[in-house]
Amino acid sequence: MSNKPRKFKGGVHPNDSKALSASSPVQDAPLLEKYTVILHQNIGAPPELLVKKGDAVKKGALLAKASGFVSVPLHAPTSGTVTAIDKCPGPTGISVPSVEITADGEDEWGSPFEPMADWQNAEPADLKQRVWDAGVVGMGGAGFPSHVKLSPPPEKPIDTLILNGAECEPYLTADHRLMLEQAEEVVLGAAILARILGLKTAVIGVENNKLDAIEALKKVAANHNVTVQGLSVNYPQGAEKQLIYALTGREVPIGGLPMAVGCVVQNVASAVAVADAVVMGRPSIERITTVTGEPLVNPGNWRFRIGTPISKALELAGGVKVQPAKLLLGGPMMGFAQSSLDVTVMKNTSGILLIPAEQVSQYTSEPCIRCGKCVTCCPMDILPATISQAVENERFDLAAQLNVLACIECGSCSYVCPSHRPLNQHFKRAKAEIMAARRKQQNK
Amino acid sequence: MSEVETPTIKLPDPTLLIVSNSPHIRGGETISKIMVHVLVALAPAVAAAIYFFGLAALEVMLLCTFGCIAVEEIWNKCAGRKPTWKDGSAALTGLLLAMNLSAGAPWWICLLGALLAIGLGKQIFGGLGFNPFNPALVARVALLIGFPSFMTSWVAPQAGKFMACDALTGATPLGAQGAAVASLHDLFIGNVGGCLGETSAIALIIGGVYLLIKKLIKWQVPAAFIGTVVLISAVVHLVNPEMTQPPLYHILAGGLLIGAFFMATDMVTSPMTANGALIFGFGCGLITSVIRIWGGYPEGVSFSILFMNALTPLIDRSTIGKPFGYIRVKKESE
Repeated sequence: MSNKPRKFKGGVHPNDSKALSASSPVQDAPLLEKYTVILHQNIGAPPELLVKKGDAVKKGALLAKASGFVSVPLHAPTSGTVTAIDKCPGPTGISVPSVEITADGEDEWGSPFEPMADWQNAEPADLKQRVWDAGVVGMGGAGFPSHVKLSPPPEKPIDTLILNGAECEPYLTADHRLMLEQAEEVVLGAAILARILGLKTAVIGVENNKLDAIEALKKVAANHNVTVQGLSVNYPQGAEKQLIYALTGREVPIGGLPMAVGCVVQNVASAVAVADAVVMGRPSIERITTVTGEPLVNPGNWRFRIGTPISKALELAGGVKVQPAKLLLGGPMMGFAQSSLDVTVMKNTSGILLIPAEQVSQYTSEPCIRCGKCVTCCPMDILPATISQAVENERFDLAAQLNVLACIECGSCSYVCPSHRPLNQHFKRAKAEIMAARRKQQNK
Repeated sequence: MSEVETPTIKLPDPTLLIVSNSPHIRGGETISKIMVHVLVALAPAVAAAIYFFGLAALEVMLLCTFGCIAVEEIWNKCAGRKPTWKDGSAALTGLLLAMNLSAGAPWWICLLGALLAIGLGKQIFGGLGFNPFNPALVARVALLIGFPSFMTSWVAPQAGKFMACDALTGATPLGAQGAAVASLHDLFIGNVGGCLGETSAIALIIGGVYLLIKKLIKWQVPAAFIGTVVLISAVVHLVNPEMTQPPLYHILAGGLLIGAFFMATDMVTSPMTANGALIFGFGCGLITSVIRIWGGYPEGVSFSILFMNALTPLIDRSTIGKPFGYIRVKKESE
């Protein structure tokens, strides 16, 4: 079944800059002396810490357990000793609780669970429990616990499993290399996820700028009844709602989850983490991250343990030729700017990106000239220019009326704006204000 | 920091890193780039105007353009604002104003027009982006009402004779009711009396196509505008050929082309939504036709655009579409 994928409305075409790292194979980052694992790596409740200072841990041992359904356990990236339980700089600039592990150099496995050799005949519920126990989250950026997505309520039957290999963010090539080098595991993960959902098939969506990855996946996909679908190169093709529309023609309702239209979307890296958990019996303690940007001496893709400081990652990439203007976790369209090199790699760190000064020239925002480019490119079909003016006037009620809550914060509008208006920033603020007001209303 | 085996590795200085919101890259579009594109699109019409009306046309254009820039900067100075001439919008307004004047317009009409366009049309509302009406048209209409004799006396075209400037006043093609004073061929090329920018249809079409290709104007505006005029004039001409010219004459004569491609499509004063642009274009076409066929003025393009400018906020508000994923929400809540 090769239905032609649909084109979602809008979108932008930034220079993808993927050539910097696309051809460099994934290398294993060497073992470090110390890892600082950020405790709260998932959307939802932070896990409950189980270790204390001085405890000896094996690689893969439980550091913290899930504290509720929307929460995932956390595991040790290597064997060694817990040397500190402290705060470290987090990705949002706020200090966050973390566990410091000093490696013993043995890197000896002590996984809390065994491989499930006969997974084809395992109970779906057991497989799902394994996904949860392994601490698998959405590794594309959101960090949403994977097992939650695999637990649709009975009134929302799932008929489509989608693996997200779009990687539409410029610069990032981690998923590209993963699909190319570990195609077998991606497809295996898809098959396991399909079994958990009671489905026979799955579809992997990949942007057409990664033809070699599509080729590699297609070679192994048929064995597991998985299809691979090339997608047009259009940012934000990898946004969940746009991806679902492209592949199925279904529109996820505003404020709703993919399960509302019978879909489950998992990132390709998460699928590999699932395969590792089930077949190898290994928890989610490492990921492939692209370390890239023009200022770097040697951009590439590395397999990092979680808890690796950014400074170490940048050293592996040879350091910088010139001082960058920005350091980002994630891609240039939706990533988070950092002010510290001590932030560590988390399960959702898809990229460590340095942006040179000439690309982040500081703009002064000018008045809107109503050119309508933001309206044309908005993939959610809202009116960014109008909403932004409402936000400037602090009319959050008006912004809500204009459906600012539908905004997926893809940043396309800010990208095209000739007046350099901080549209995306306005929407983030409006959403926060509206949600705060609603919570206040509910608490009354 | 411990010494690593290769001491030459240089890490970024975290104290120099900029922290700001995503997206972290920009598409490179700027206001001045847009204005320059529109100026380029006007180049064929400018060339045609100089070819047919000689250096007198150039003089009018220079006076208006630099007049507008001067008014803008004097206003900025008085208001304590930073200079804005570099964004190119004042220059564009000036050139569009010149396109609305006769080659025989005296210097003071040009400068008064610049004052009206930038002062009354734009800066009084707060400058670029805040003006509800097309500034060049505000000036044109104000001058037309204030100085009708200067604004309706036209220089006859003298193709290729650059120094010629005999203020032969002739009826403009639309001024002569019922009877055609110019051949379609002359209208198409531009060999007729009228405003600088109203003459050469071919030059305006080239510019319009350029704007469409560059996606700087919405196709809905000129399509609906011209389409409506064609439809109405065709019907009226069919019923009673005495009442009005055939549709092709309506397109080529007068200010319809420059109005539809360059004036009605002004970003600031026209709707942002695609459906809104259709309504806007239709309204412009309707009012233009009514004024041309039944009204007191021979030409109605400027009035129609200004009128629809006033309706733009209303049109924008009433054409807000449903966002992606909206319908299902409604169904579910029922």
